[in-house]
Amino acid sequence: MIGELTNKYLRMDRLPHMWCPGCGHGIALGALLRAFDRVKIDKDKTVILSGIGCASRAVGYLDFSTVHTTHGRALAFATGLRLLRDDVKVIVIMGDGDALAIGGNHFIHACRRNIDITAIVLNNQIYGMTGGQGSPTTPQSRLSTTTPYGNFARAFDFCNLAIGAGATYVARATAYHASLMTELYANAIKHHGFSFVETFTQCPVNYGRRNKFPDPASMLKYMKDISVPFKVAEKMGSDELQGKIVIGELIKEKEDVELNEVVRERIMKFRGGAQ
Amino acid sequence: MSQSSHLEPVVNKAFCKGCGICIEFCPANILEFDEQRKCRVTEPEKCIKCFQCEMRCPDFAIELVEKGEKK
Amino acid sequence: MSAKLVQGNEAVVYGSFKAGLKFFAGYPITPSTEIAEMCARDLPKVGGVFIQMEDEISSIAACIGASLAGFRSMSATSGPGFSLMQENIGYAIMAEVPLVIVNVQRMGPSTGIATAPSQSDYMQVRWGTHGDHPMVSFAPFSVEECFTEAIRSIYWSERISSVVVLLLDEVVAHMREGIDVDNIENILEVPDRGPFPDEKGSFRPYKVDRDKGAKLPPLGMGYRFNVTGLVHDEMGFPVEDPEKTGDLIRRLHNKIDAVEDEITSYDERYTDDADVIVISYGSVARSALRAVRELRKNNVKVGFFRPITVWPFPSKRVRELSKKVKNIVVAEMSMGQMVLEVERSVGDSCQITLLQGIKGELITPDNIYNTVSEVISK
Repeated sequence: MIGELTNKYLRMDRLPHMWCPGCGHGIALGALLRAFDRVKIDKDKTVILSGIGCASRAVGYLDFSTVHTTHGRALAFATGLRLLRDDVKVIVIMGDGDALAIGGNHFIHACRRNIDITAIVLNNQIYGMTGGQGSPTTPQSRLSTTTPYGNFARAFDFCNLAIGAGATYVARATAYHASLMTELYANAIKHHGFSFVETFTQCPVNYGRRNKFPDPASMLKYMKDISVPFKVAEKMGSDELQGKIVIGELIKEKEDVELNEVVRERIMKFRGGAQ
Repeated sequence: MSQSSHLEPVVNKAFCKGCGICIEFCPANILEFDEQRKCRVTEPEKCIKCFQCEMRCPDFAIELVEKGEKK
Repeated sequence: MSAKLVQGNEAVVYGSFKAGLKFFAGYPITPSTEIAEMCARDLPKVGGVFIQMEDEISSIAACIGASLAGFRSMSATSGPGFSLMQENIGYAIMAEVPLVIVNVQRMGPSTGIATAPSQSDYMQVRWGTHGDHPMVSFAPFSVEECFTEAIRSIYWSERISSVVVLLLDEVVAHMREGIDVDNIENILEVPDRGPFPDEKGSFRPYKVDRDKGAKLPPLGMGYRFNVTGLVHDEMGFPVEDPEKTGDLIRRLHNKIDAVEDEITSYDERYTDDADVIVISYGSVARSALRAVRELRKNNVKVGFFRPITVWPFPSKRVRELSKKVKNIVVAEMSMGQMVLEVERSVGDSCQITLLQGIKGELITPDNIYNTVSEVISK
């Protein structure tokens, strides 16, 4: 099954991919291919963009129009593209540092604008590509090369940020939840407006080793253990939710005007007037 | 998937990076490391076709295919 | 429309529309904001899209996305914003995406004086972004030239598949002169992108001759290639092979070297019998022209040379002229940046005198008149 999907959606001559053994990004990519199949995506009418980092390397392997942009700026590139081309589906794949540290500003404005872009963040809570520095989502007290005594800052809650900034589809899964990832990616792609899926993925080499995870499988099991489905989390207190990851669809089908609609309307108004 | 008795797990050793995830998660315990630390299917007939290996592999290196299909 | 008073910034927009501009993303910054505001009001009227982005970094990013989408796009800024744009400028150059950026120079460094003119971004235009990159930049000195050079900027950005900086200063941007935008002559036609091959699967967008730029088909049209700022192969896929790396870097430069004569443009007057030549650009050249004419009235054999293409610098012509004269006076609103290009071009051929303008004021005709008088009296 996966062989058919890889043949269909990947640049097979560029495999095997560059991710480390056990990297969660590879699992997320597989889930994404299944989502592509489910929504019958048109490879010629889809553009996939990314920033810089391990997660962003995904685009090199995807057989679509792909744009590997600068660190943190993929959503801005995507905004320019999307505003002019409402005939294409625009998907952006980013890592946690890319989307939330250097790209944080662009992330919140993309949410605010409710522009029809699907943003998938693969959050491995570390800067993997550059050797394991802390990121805005590295949990407090965890070790990294730039937090050698334990991270003293709190981690961002990506989904809360997206909701606060106005995204109209916000969802979360982990690399353990293989089927859920596919379902969320498919729904996010189908959503009309800014859709955001955060996926926790494991970085065994740069995060796992430093934080006492003996192997990739143990990291997946850990993610499973700390995950709480949304409907269950709704009934839990904030104390109980400490250290937990809430998974599922947090915001879905929120009714709101999409940016392109407003822009097109403005242009049509002038066209109509000129006649 | 209900018609899956004709499927068996096959490993693509060129893609397998020996991460061990599929081995850990196989409920039937029919996967192990070979001498090169790549995944090996020990008893394919005991595969219960749960698809966990295929879904959890980060490298597209293990797949349930038609029995007898060459990889 | 008949002739009316038009501001330099406005003329940039009129010219850009004439050249088919369809997208502007920018951020407010004095003294360029009028360009953004006019685009906000008028781009929708010509079927284009304007967006104010959250900063200059995302503005350039959105412009690159728009250009990759197949549309002519532009941003406008001043020094502080131009500094922020540098990384993505390098991206557009590396990925070969046509892009025009207007930099309306103001007094720096840092926040400087938002409303005071300067020409101290000259070197930053050329070298601001990191790495071995080429750069093309045009500097108008009149409102009409703001119109024509805007068109020329878009034309060349498409020809070379790279970035062109349209370099103004606060005086040129805010001056008003009478022009009739519908009746300006000798306007460059900007050709459409394409045609692109029917066979999409095998098309390699970065497979081009050693002295040509890549012509990228618009995204989402069935050509499934990669665009990246990493060193890349013919399909845009990242590579680290030394041969491919060297070839790419060289081609990014060669494609502009190959058309340098065509890109070069300058305004040269009164140089046939000149003993001294004044070199300046932009608003300073207006003062220089006045000074030169006054000096000529007093029988001083002074010439006027104004680069319009400021990058690549017209070295060849400046070197030729330097062999015929005893002195060159370079007048620029900075501690001396273009003068370095003049020195490089001239070598030992003649004396060079620099007239700096660092007080946030336009160098006046009197300043230049006096400097030339002093130089010849020595």
